[in-house]
Amino acid sequence: MNGWRRASAGLVLGTVVVVATACKKGGEAAPAAGGAPAAAAPVAFPVSDNDAATITGRVAFTGAKPAAQRIDMSEEPTCAQKHAGGAFSETVVVNDNGTLRNVFVYVKSGLPATLTFPVPGEPVEIDQDGCQYTPHVFGVQVGQTMNIKNADGLLHNIKALPTINRPFNISQPISMTTPRTFSAPEVMVPLQCNVHSWMNAFVGVLPHPYYSVTGADGTFSLRRLPPGTYVIEAWQEHYPAQTQTVTVGAKESKAIVFTFHS
Amino acid sequence: MPLRTRSAAAGLAGLVAATAVLVAFAAPRRQAAAPAAAAPDAAGRAVYQKWCAGCHGDQGKGDGPAAGHLLPKPRDFTRALYQVRTTATGELPTDADLRHVVDEGMGGTSMPAWKATLSSDERAAVERYVKSFSAAFATAPTALSFGSDPGGGQAAADSGRALFRKIQCFKCHGEAGRGDGRSAPTLKDDFGNPIRAADLTQNWMFNGGGSVEEIYHRLRSGLDGTPMPTFSDQIDAGVLTDGDLWRVAHYIRSLSPKDAPQIRDIVNAARIEGALPTGPNDSAWSRADRFYFPLVGQVIARPRWFAPTVNGVWVQALHDGRTLAIRVTWHDPSQSPDSLWRLWRGRMARAMSADDSTPADTASPLPDRVAIQFPTHLAEGMERPYFLMGSAEQPVYLWRWESEAGAATEVVGHGADHLEPLPPQDDSVTASGVYDHGEWRVQFVRKLATADSTGRLQFVPGRAIPMALFAWDGSNGESGTKMSVGSWVGIYLGEPARAGTYGWPLLAVLSTGGLGLLVVVRAQRTAGNSKQPSDTA
Repeated sequence: MNGWRRASAGLVLGTVVVVATACKKGGEAAPAAGGAPAAAAPVAFPVSDNDAATITGRVAFTGAKPAAQRIDMSEEPTCAQKHAGGAFSETVVVNDNGTLRNVFVYVKSGLPATLTFPVPGEPVEIDQDGCQYTPHVFGVQVGQTMNIKNADGLLHNIKALPTINRPFNISQPISMTTPRTFSAPEVMVPLQCNVHSWMNAFVGVLPHPYYSVTGADGTFSLRRLPPGTYVIEAWQEHYPAQTQTVTVGAKESKAIVFTFHS
Repeated sequence: MPLRTRSAAAGLAGLVAATAVLVAFAAPRRQAAAPAAAAPDAAGRAVYQKWCAGCHGDQGKGDGPAAGHLLPKPRDFTRALYQVRTTATGELPTDADLRHVVDEGMGGTSMPAWKATLSSDERAAVERYVKSFSAAFATAPTALSFGSDPGGGQAAADSGRALFRKIQCFKCHGEAGRGDGRSAPTLKDDFGNPIRAADLTQNWMFNGGGSVEEIYHRLRSGLDGTPMPTFSDQIDAGVLTDGDLWRVAHYIRSLSPKDAPQIRDIVNAARIEGALPTGPNDSAWSRADRFYFPLVGQVIARPRWFAPTVNGVWVQALHDGRTLAIRVTWHDPSQSPDSLWRLWRGRMARAMSADDSTPADTASPLPDRVAIQFPTHLAEGMERPYFLMGSAEQPVYLWRWESEAGAATEVVGHGADHLEPLPPQDDSVTASGVYDHGEWRVQFVRKLATADSTGRLQFVPGRAIPMALFAWDGSNGESGTKMSVGSWVGIYLGEPARAGTYGWPLLAVLSTGGLGLLVVVRAQRTAGNSKQPSDTA
């Protein structure tokens, strides 16, 4: 356990940037970047709204758009029927506006070591629906409940293959929900189903709420940051991760663009 | 604690593992890293380096010199990911779990049992040393709370059968449990290596032991690092009860024979008076004796093959004095060539070390094959041709069936790399095969005597005839010398029940018994006579 804690501290604080801002107590726990309200948490949100900065942006994609990879789900008619226009791999999804979907953008380093963030009481949910994971890429905080749902009602096993956290491999032969938590930060933890070899997902586990996943418009936002200098990483399943260093002052909002090439 | 039945079959599998280790050690070996200044357990380290490092690696990373030849791969102790546990998924094994695996080995893998080789102190020391490879062991794991077996015998197994369907074990393990489920060709372990769904009809090969209790434990704990998940969460969710999982375990146990098959040296081909079976599914075969022969990977001639699919065959034989019928039955999860298994061969080729210069063929479709080998003629002495398809001096005669053609051919072997097909004749061997849920049944038929005896063995009842078996799984990339092999055994064609055979011994028994009786009766009468007068007087 201690080894994991050390590893996690090293991961997050690899490049500690001293931030002058004193950390004042925020009033009410407000929604975290992921959208989950941090209700009933014993720790108050440690960044004052008076200072909070924002980093927003989008993930652009240039070059030839990769051909969509069709998934053969004929072995599971129940799932195949849920995809009227056919099922496709979500490894690389380029949006109509030329942005890239399913990119996990997060604060890799730069947060003061003294800050502790409340664990959101609201669980995140990953569903197995139509023999695909929804969402395909998502984030969760250390200790936050991740509810694993099986809407398909047929056998899935959900297996986590972390290298820092402990793994798990759970069978869900009918519609049911199984809760799990991660004990240490780890970006990313692969999830997979062995019954359906095409099914995979990734969860980023962080000790803070500063993460965002690009959707259909390719944008992301990291809100309620303490002023400071941060290494922001954009992780994508298929392409190498990219980082940018961004400095934001109190109440400042900055927009950045990551560009992935085919 | 129930001990797994150790069969000779498992022993032979261990032999291949040992071969892999020997092969690996024959190669130049890199030096062990210098021992840490304050070694936590010098005794454990010494045992580990001597007995374990060959497969598990000097640093415990599962990368020992033999690892490239093994599948499943040796455990990487630095990852602290263990299959056989009594703890929840993702938890570490207890000390008792580790001891159990070290003591008993792991069925169906290259991990042998150590309790006869190492002292209790040595085993304890090496277990401590293995744990030192991962910091995760700083926190002692706790075993799951297991319910007790509600028993129930056949009724429990029947109920378990319905549950087996409900929780969809068949998706990987197949409808008949032979490891041929729809998902089987895609399965991989946590390191990306291909892995097979267990053949649930061969409990002596189960990684974690084949008893009802051990099967129940695996259902509760899962086999971490493999696709086999835990079913404990269903109990928490109220979907299944603890008793349900016991019933599934009873059902799975019922799929295997009561005892692991015992290996015998000779197939008895009984002589029958009626008609011989007409095909591999003829119900007459269910009344004929079954003889089990373990097969192992061919690791002598190159290209070698350390990860064969077929680990044993059952042989049955009958004859009517003119014709011999032999049925060979074996388990193979694919009916090759099977498009669903198309990618498996490439994955196998990547997982196994290329120890020979022959590039792995992963493209052309390959059929399944089985071959029965005999000498070309019966010799007077005990000498037999070289078991691996003969030699130039002493050739062998082979019946070779393949799945794509659905027919057999006759071949004379002058060595594994020199096979010469015999020209088809009216009385050449014929064969037909059926594939049924992960099982091949192939029936060979040939006249005992053939018109042209050049290269063709003429079968004679009443004496043991050398016989050997080979099998290939095309979906596993097996062809040529990449195959499963068995050693020479024998087949004995029974002789008809004639008075000459059974009459004289019977007469001898009767006459001896009769004479004995006569002596006794006479003696009694004599004794009785001496008393009678006084009694009746």
